[in-house]
Amino acid sequence: MTFLEGQAERQGIAIGASGDTRVRSASPAAHPATVATSEETPIKMTARKLSVFYGEKQALFDVSLDIPDRQIMAFIGPSGCGKSTFLRSLNRMNDTIAGCTMTGEVMVDGINIYDRVVDVVELRRRIGMVFQKPNPFPKSIYDNVAYGPRIHGLASSKEELDEIVQTCLARTGLLDEVSTRLHEPGTSLSGGQQQRLCIARAIAVSPDIILMDEPCSALDPIATARVEELMQELQKNYTIVIVTHNMQQAARVSQRTAFFHLGTLVEWGMTEQIFTSPVDDRTQGYITGRYG
Amino acid sequence: MSSLDQSLKVSGPGAAPDDAAAQRDRRSRRRKTANLRFKLYGLAAIVFAVGMLATLVVSLIMTGYPAFTQTMVRLDIELPASEIDAAAPSDANYGKFFRDALYGLFPEVKSPPQRRNIARLVTQDAEYMLRDTVVAYPSMIGKTHSIEFTASDILNQLHIGAIDRELPSDRRSISDAQIAWYDKLVAQGRIRAVFNTALFTEADSRHPEIAGLWGAITGSFYALMVCFILSFPMGIAAAVYLEEFAPKNRWTDLIEININNLAAVPSIVFGLLGLAVFLNFFGLPRSAPLVGGMVLALMTLPTIIIAGRAAIKAVPPSIRDAALGVGASAQQVAWHHTLPLAMPGILTGTIIGLAQALGETAPLLLIGMNAFITQQPGGILEPATALPTQIYIWADSPERGFVSRTSAAILVLLGFLVLMNGVAVWMRKRFERRW
Amino acid sequence: MNYLTTTLVLLGLIALAFTLGRRRAPVRDATWVKTASHASPGYYGAYVALWCGLPCLILFLAWIALAPTVIDSLIVGTLPEQITAGKSSSELSLVKSQIHSLAAGQAFGEPDPALSEAAARYTEFEQVSRMALFVVILSLAILTTLFARSHIRQHFRARVYVERITTGILIACSTVAIVTTIGIVVSLLFESSRFFAAVPVHEFLFGLNWEPQIPIREGQVAATGAFGAIPVFVGTFVVSTVAMTISVPLGLMAAIYMSEYASRDFRKAAKPVLEILAGIPTIVYGFFAVLTIAPWMTEMGAKLGIGVAPNSAIAAGFVMGIMITPFISSLSDDALTAVPNSLRDGAAALGATQAETIRQVLLPAALPGIMGGVLLAVSRAIGETMIVVMAAGIAANLTLNPLEPVTTVTVQIVTLLIGDSSFDNPKTLAAFALGLVLFIMTLGINIVALQITRKYREKYE
Repeated sequence: MTFLEGQAERQGIAIGASGDTRVRSASPAAHPATVATSEETPIKMTARKLSVFYGEKQALFDVSLDIPDRQIMAFIGPSGCGKSTFLRSLNRMNDTIAGCTMTGEVMVDGINIYDRVVDVVELRRRIGMVFQKPNPFPKSIYDNVAYGPRIHGLASSKEELDEIVQTCLARTGLLDEVSTRLHEPGTSLSGGQQQRLCIARAIAVSPDIILMDEPCSALDPIATARVEELMQELQKNYTIVIVTHNMQQAARVSQRTAFFHLGTLVEWGMTEQIFTSPVDDRTQGYITGRYG
Repeated sequence: MSSLDQSLKVSGPGAAPDDAAAQRDRRSRRRKTANLRFKLYGLAAIVFAVGMLATLVVSLIMTGYPAFTQTMVRLDIELPASEIDAAAPSDANYGKFFRDALYGLFPEVKSPPQRRNIARLVTQDAEYMLRDTVVAYPSMIGKTHSIEFTASDILNQLHIGAIDRELPSDRRSISDAQIAWYDKLVAQGRIRAVFNTALFTEADSRHPEIAGLWGAITGSFYALMVCFILSFPMGIAAAVYLEEFAPKNRWTDLIEININNLAAVPSIVFGLLGLAVFLNFFGLPRSAPLVGGMVLALMTLPTIIIAGRAAIKAVPPSIRDAALGVGASAQQVAWHHTLPLAMPGILTGTIIGLAQALGETAPLLLIGMNAFITQQPGGILEPATALPTQIYIWADSPERGFVSRTSAAILVLLGFLVLMNGVAVWMRKRFERRW
Repeated sequence: MNYLTTTLVLLGLIALAFTLGRRRAPVRDATWVKTASHASPGYYGAYVALWCGLPCLILFLAWIALAPTVIDSLIVGTLPEQITAGKSSSELSLVKSQIHSLAAGQAFGEPDPALSEAAARYTEFEQVSRMALFVVILSLAILTTLFARSHIRQHFRARVYVERITTGILIACSTVAIVTTIGIVVSLLFESSRFFAAVPVHEFLFGLNWEPQIPIREGQVAATGAFGAIPVFVGTFVVSTVAMTISVPLGLMAAIYMSEYASRDFRKAAKPVLEILAGIPTIVYGFFAVLTIAPWMTEMGAKLGIGVAPNSAIAAGFVMGIMITPFISSLSDDALTAVPNSLRDGAAALGATQAETIRQVLLPAALPGIMGGVLLAVSRAIGETMIVVMAAGIAANLTLNPLEPVTTVTVQIVTLLIGDSSFDNPKTLAAFALGLVLFIMTLGINIVALQITRKYREKYE
């Protein structure tokens, strides 16, 4: 019995019916990177009236948002606007912060991830995360990638595990660079390599969704370009949500963008539309650099 | 400060009369002297503390070093085959062989009281040592051997110069006749000072010349083992729980206050606890390293928990995030990542805690680890002494030889402590990770 | 059948249970992306192993703890009337230990045939007990293993259960500190209450005469026993006062110099030396007092024409002061370092000298922290044992003169309990009453001190 199936039974819905909900794209296939050729894109995740509190302080106000399947969605906004808080509530990383509470719901494939029956560990395996600062474990490169599959029992033999590690490193383009030193510590890599290692580690447990919290803010431009390229590649198989303070990056990589300001979701939609003809004055002000 | 004063002075004359300037000058000088005096007080305090440490170490070394040498007396022992049954060599009268050899050196001395005074030059256990040697090497029977015996405490003291032979005979523990015999032995080349291996290989004895620390060292080792086995896993478990899983509530607050207070409870109270609970209530054996180790474990536990929590706290949260992000459970994060990374810090704290436990005396006295035990303990349930309690026993013994042995035992104890703390410092340097 | 065999067999069973559980781990479907909660097989093994091991371990420990008492009472029950009749509990325990040593094969003289018989029965009972334990453990282990194994199914969440059990173990370990405190309080209260049944509380707390050497056998020459603890408390006070008089100025001045005047290099060199002073075991200080300080003080006193007793309070207090100095200096150092630099800058900008800054600005600001440290040091001085046991007196002497020998609470506890102690005479129990007073006093001081230090730390954080 999976947590999803269990929940689905209770709610009387069938898994896989999530495609019923569709979001209308404002300008279909406008973005060159958009894979979806149809006018409508299936929705992977939905947030409804999500509010997050740190103790007494409210950090997020009634955010409702749809995240499309197998696309890249970018969250932008000035620092302290709640975009990272929102991202962390999508795989319940906020649970680890003492005094953090929330209301509202986050649905993945039609299931509320905050429901009591959901196993948060399994949830985080399905919704991986890449952090702002590369944070490889102080272990070997191999062990960094193999850690997730090991604890989840994804490989039944050494060979299978080797294969997972090789595949994931290859997908992040890291394999050629490190194939001879798989057993050196992950911390010995350069910043950009470390971040790609962290991405390889995240995809090693075969998640559906990858959340990235400013993954390039600690990297130099070349490494940033490499990671962005990788994101484009991964988007074919994974739903990616990226928080960034860099508007050019959002414009470059994402199909959809959401703009946060002071804990509220101001505006969201197709990236092109947000950047060329925002509806809200605050979005206009932010993207034209009047504040931020 | 001084440049400021100068600038005040320079600006002075124009604004104020000369005597005011002079007054200010005096005042400033007085304040500077006061400052200097204050600084010197501080320096003096440190110099005094360091001086006391030096005095302590020097006085211990001065009194302790003679115990590291032992005077030996060489005797030619005849072991007639007719008087020793080769089948049961331990039954022969070794006291006679020994006395024959010893008295044979002084044929002029005939009276039994005088002869007994001669015998007092060599340790009283000499005949048993001879017996044990012959039993171990039966081929010795039927020949005459030149064997070295441990000298008695008074002869030892005389030989190493701890007894001043110029003193009037009623103020020293060795008589004029004994000194004369000693001189004769020296003239015959029968006296020799060697490194005192018995100090490290023998257990306690009533005779200082053959009393050693091995029993106490084993006892301490057993007690520390028990202490480590109990307190290390429990300390880690408690530290992990309190730092990683415990909710912030009154119960965990209570635990925390408790741990801090336990760390400051006088050690003798733990001894009372051990006596009342472990010995009296549970009926565990008295003087056993097991009980000593259990009491020490309760005392060491707060140290390990506090050190463990600090080490766990120092592991950066990004590592926890990373592991949580790939779907590790909170416990997996703790066992796979946090704890291994915190381990050097925990081990350092544990070694320091064990070093404290090694020097702890009072609780061990109360559970009877100050018994007079002449054998090395064979296990954690057998009666034993520990290094500090052995020091206590020896410090209480009236024989002169025990004074230097006490100092020597303290030097050995301090040696172990330096070693353990050295390892802790080395580990801290070697494995310290800067994030 | 001894305990070691049982332990080894149990360990073997646990290992077996682990493999059984591991083998039983459900196979991951090919479509594992859609299924959930598959822990790695190790968790299934651990689950079964825990089920196998934990109940047995608890039973094992309980058995070892209780079996001797049960056997003893069984044996005593079978003893003939003339041996047990009219015996007090301590005499009975003597009989018990006689039986134990007979059973261990140590006979002193010609033992009573009834006792020999009891010893034989003791050996037999013990063997039966060990055998029974083995059988019970074995069957319990097998039962629990089979039970645990049977409820591993396809969607069994082994990790969750294993983690629940480990969390329980962790919680249990973290409560050991509380259990210890409770153990201390209960045992002290229990033994003290027995003491106060013999000696009234007010006589103990306010009596001026302390002569605990009561006759143990008839006709022994000893005092009749007086348990007025005031002289002991006063002695403790005198020694601690001497110690604090030495250590507070020394420690404080050393801390001031270290934190305000000393260069980095000096600090680097001097700090370890002070730490060494703090790490020396107290028995070493005690011997140092006897060996060096006390004779030196007597000699000095003789030169000045003052009579200083060889086991005077001042010698013990002096050495204790040296021992406590690094403690005070390190806590004061912390307190001074915690004072924000803005205060130093402010005073310096007004033209104050460093000494003036320290005396008028830093010390008042750091005073709570320093006070906390001094209080902790006081509780150390009161509870310090080995120095006073070796260097101070044993006889109670109601005086405030530090040149005379006095005794302290800790010295009395050690003297009363050292050697053979049976728990049914006031002499032994008096030690627990003293221990209770000591515990309450130090606990009170510690709580106040920790509170002050914590408040102070919050102020500057």
